[in-house]
Amino acid sequence: MIGFIFGKLTWNDLPHQWFTIGGTLSMMLMGLAAALFLTRTKKWKWLWKEWLTSTDPKKIGIMYMILAGLMFFRGALDAMMIWLQQAMALGASSGYLDPSHFQQIFTSHGDIMVFFATMGFLTGLLNLIMPLQIGTRDLSFPFLNTLGFWLYVAGAILINMFFVFGGEFAAGGWLGQTPLTELLYSPGVGVDYWIWSLQISGAGSLLSGINFLVTILKNRAPGMKLMFMPLFSWATLCSSILIVTVFPILAITLGMLTLDRYLGMHFFTATAGGNPMMYINLIWMWGHPEVYILILPSFGIYSEIVSTFSHKKLAGYISQVVALILISLLALMVWLHHFFTMGAGADVNAFFGITTMFIAIPTGVQILNWMFTMFRGRITFDSPLYWFLGFISTFTFGGMAGVLLASPAADYQLHNSLFLVAHFHTMIVGGALFGIFSGITFWFPKFIGFKLNEKLGKYAFWLWLIGFFLSFVPLYILGFMGATRRMDHYTNPAWQPLFMTSVIGFIVIALGAGMQVLQIIVSIWQRKKNRDTTGDPWGGRSLEWSTPSPVPFYNFAIIPRVTGRDAFWEMKEKGIVSSPDKYEDIELPKNTAMGIYVAFFALVFAFAMVWHMTLFAILGLLGIIVCVVLRTFDEDTTYVIPAAEVERIENERRQHGGD
Amino acid sequence: MEETKNEKTLLGFWIYLMTDLTMFAGLFAAYAVLRTNTFGGPPMRDIVNLPFVLIETLVLLLSSFTSGIAVLSATLGRIKSMVLMLCLTFLLGASFLGMELYEFHNLFIEGNTFQRSGFLSSYFGLVGTHGLHIFAGLIWLMILLVFVARKGLTKGMVRKLTLFGIFWHFLDIVWIFIFTFVYLMGAAL
Amino acid sequence: MDIYLYLCLFDGGSIMKEYYKQIAFYSVGLLSAAILTLVAYILTQIHVNSYHEVIPHAVLIPSVLILAFLQMCVQLVFFLHITNKSSRWNVVFFLMTFGGVLVIIIASVWIMYHLNYNMTPVQINQYIQDQSGL
Repeated sequence: MIGFIFGKLTWNDLPHQWFTIGGTLSMMLMGLAAALFLTRTKKWKWLWKEWLTSTDPKKIGIMYMILAGLMFFRGALDAMMIWLQQAMALGASSGYLDPSHFQQIFTSHGDIMVFFATMGFLTGLLNLIMPLQIGTRDLSFPFLNTLGFWLYVAGAILINMFFVFGGEFAAGGWLGQTPLTELLYSPGVGVDYWIWSLQISGAGSLLSGINFLVTILKNRAPGMKLMFMPLFSWATLCSSILIVTVFPILAITLGMLTLDRYLGMHFFTATAGGNPMMYINLIWMWGHPEVYILILPSFGIYSEIVSTFSHKKLAGYISQVVALILISLLALMVWLHHFFTMGAGADVNAFFGITTMFIAIPTGVQILNWMFTMFRGRITFDSPLYWFLGFISTFTFGGMAGVLLASPAADYQLHNSLFLVAHFHTMIVGGALFGIFSGITFWFPKFIGFKLNEKLGKYAFWLWLIGFFLSFVPLYILGFMGATRRMDHYTNPAWQPLFMTSVIGFIVIALGAGMQVLQIIVSIWQRKKNRDTTGDPWGGRSLEWSTPSPVPFYNFAIIPRVTGRDAFWEMKEKGIVSSPDKYEDIELPKNTAMGIYVAFFALVFAFAMVWHMTLFAILGLLGIIVCVVLRTFDEDTTYVIPAAEVERIENERRQHGGD
Repeated sequence: MEETKNEKTLLGFWIYLMTDLTMFAGLFAAYAVLRTNTFGGPPMRDIVNLPFVLIETLVLLLSSFTSGIAVLSATLGRIKSMVLMLCLTFLLGASFLGMELYEFHNLFIEGNTFQRSGFLSSYFGLVGTHGLHIFAGLIWLMILLVFVARKGLTKGMVRKLTLFGIFWHFLDIVWIFIFTFVYLMGAAL
Repeated sequence: MDIYLYLCLFDGGSIMKEYYKQIAFYSVGLLSAAILTLVAYILTQIHVNSYHEVIPHAVLIPSVLILAFLQMCVQLVFFLHITNKSSRWNVVFFLMTFGGVLVIIIASVWIMYHLNYNMTPVQINQYIQDQSGL
């Protein structure tokens, strides 16, 4: 009976180690602080009504950004622990972490940064920007949008829950290599936490991918053909198609591993006819496209930034679109380069080596187009452009390292060395993350109503750039010198200065991140001075800049009619940006708490599965089904704002002008 | 407004089915790779019962047909015919599932469980996942019947029935490939 | 897919005509699919019963695959109405996914075959080759 209710959970699983106590306490304190704040300011109801149950993609987008920021901080803590350990643990010293703990830390660092920080920032930006760019009021499936967000939250909660219950996380690397993650070698709950948090947030990502895809295909403003869409929306389209294509592979591969662990099957076990190499094959079939999913939106952001700050039409629009599509296609054909050394032989390795090198071509096309756009443009060097220039220097550097790794012969030397680690961090930090920072600075005034402090933004940029090179160039060198990744202890004293430099780089980056936090605080302080009164603070070219800042909840009072690319730029040139004479009724989706409830039951189900608590697993599953059924049979999910009311809101806003 | 909602929902659901198809592809790939890993146990050709599986296949095909007629009846407002066809679909689907469980049972009592080898794991994984989808479809069908009885045949209900029909046809298409790759080729190779 | 919405616009006696016309359409699909299934089944039975002699491997495998592919097309056209004008995006996504499925399965088989061959000790390789039929 106890087993049926509590599964494997016992009193021993509550926190009793320094890091589990520390982790649990910090989470409790943060939660307590938030609860106290909300109680003092009496904002519980406001939070529930205005934010948590909202179906507005702008609100959901902002919630994604906030949570992704928190998870980024959590992943950075893991990074700091890795850096400190590696700087200390040379020669006689064994650092301050024992090996199994170190393994859990680099595993969770990777998973949190990829699934929760970067995917979170990305999905947030896609929610915020894409609907406005294509001239619509909402995504195609507003309920799925909020459900996707709350599933992401549930995954984020679950991946941190091991601090409170169980005290161990997976230790098989961010992708959970078999047979290490099979039951025989990982009998504890760590791998199960890893599996279920990835499955839940993966389900959320898949739903979001379907949502974005259908929205772009079906919700565009009249006249906006696909070839008139801004590049960021194209990047969203390509990224969404990739999500929809490959996330099912992740789901089923983790599913097969789950069957191995829970039902004693032999998909990937080392004995009884299982094949661990098949796991590596399948998981990288997902894993490689995933990193392109992460980078494509940033490419879209850079296209917007470069054309806006060069005050010039983007060069080679069609070739940019073709390049995005080619990158997406090629992304699906290169996955084996992650396991050249597993032994597939020359034929197979050669094929994938060639396809991997091919990807450099459309990426090069993108970079050249950006350069051509800047050529003879009237460039204003605001901080979003700084991030783009930082991207050019880091990404090209790291990209060349990638082309080097693409050669199987070279990869035999460099596979799983720190060279590899430096390469992919350059791609994600220099490519995806700088793009996200650039985009945040660029679009901040649109959604919040005032610009961020430029000076602090530029300081933050320089700290990040210098810190980045200080951190990762030593790793490139160490990789060449033979340093393997994921090791908690090294014996070559000649390496220590390089590790130390890397730690200094991390400190500089941390200062940069601190500067960004300061920037936000100072900007809020100075908000009246930096207020965006026109809705177009940078001289934008696409439709989102035609709305006031912050954007009204219905986005556009009248859905614009589009006749070409750079729709807003055209409107400005032709002087069509005046107030309309006739308003129409606007239908919008209502708020709903169902997303929260479904995600709650999903969390219950997943936690119960981790601990083999049969009763709660069944209850969780039933809860999900009941909530979904109730929602699908709910006919009353939208509300209408009458035209007169829209007119009133618009007139009021116009009268109050610069407030 | 209702039309565009239909368009979006149908497209969105179709894309979801495409992701489901990709998932099945992963299971097919695993089966293709692991099918010879019998770990000393019997290979597919020794445990397959072709005539039985043929009947199973025809039963599912017939249920796909009846589900199509059911949705057709729904869109034309012919409620009685719709209910009859939906009940037939349910019975045929449940029979299919019953036959499959019988097949599994026979394998189990001879010691050919999913824990026996990589081959059997991948077999049960693939065929079992399909069976789970059929099971979910049957539950969905029951819920739809209950709500149609309560709410009548509104435009929304017709849309939901259309979605179910597409799902059910999709499962039969996946079964074609299971029948071919697992059973027919299993018996031959 | 939107054939169903189009049908909703019919009224009165033309409903019955449309109904029977559609039933005929579905029945053609059912019969073709059943025939394709039976042909594949019979071919396989002949192959097995005659100990792989009357119809050799090299004929059976491609035939059975083609029959499966044809039946999929039959079901797509007759049951899922994929040839309808409103189903354009559905066709695009289906073709993309089907391509993806082929890549996933064929690439996995190719890669794993090479990996297994290279990574298996010599003695076991021989044993495996004897065991499998391919």
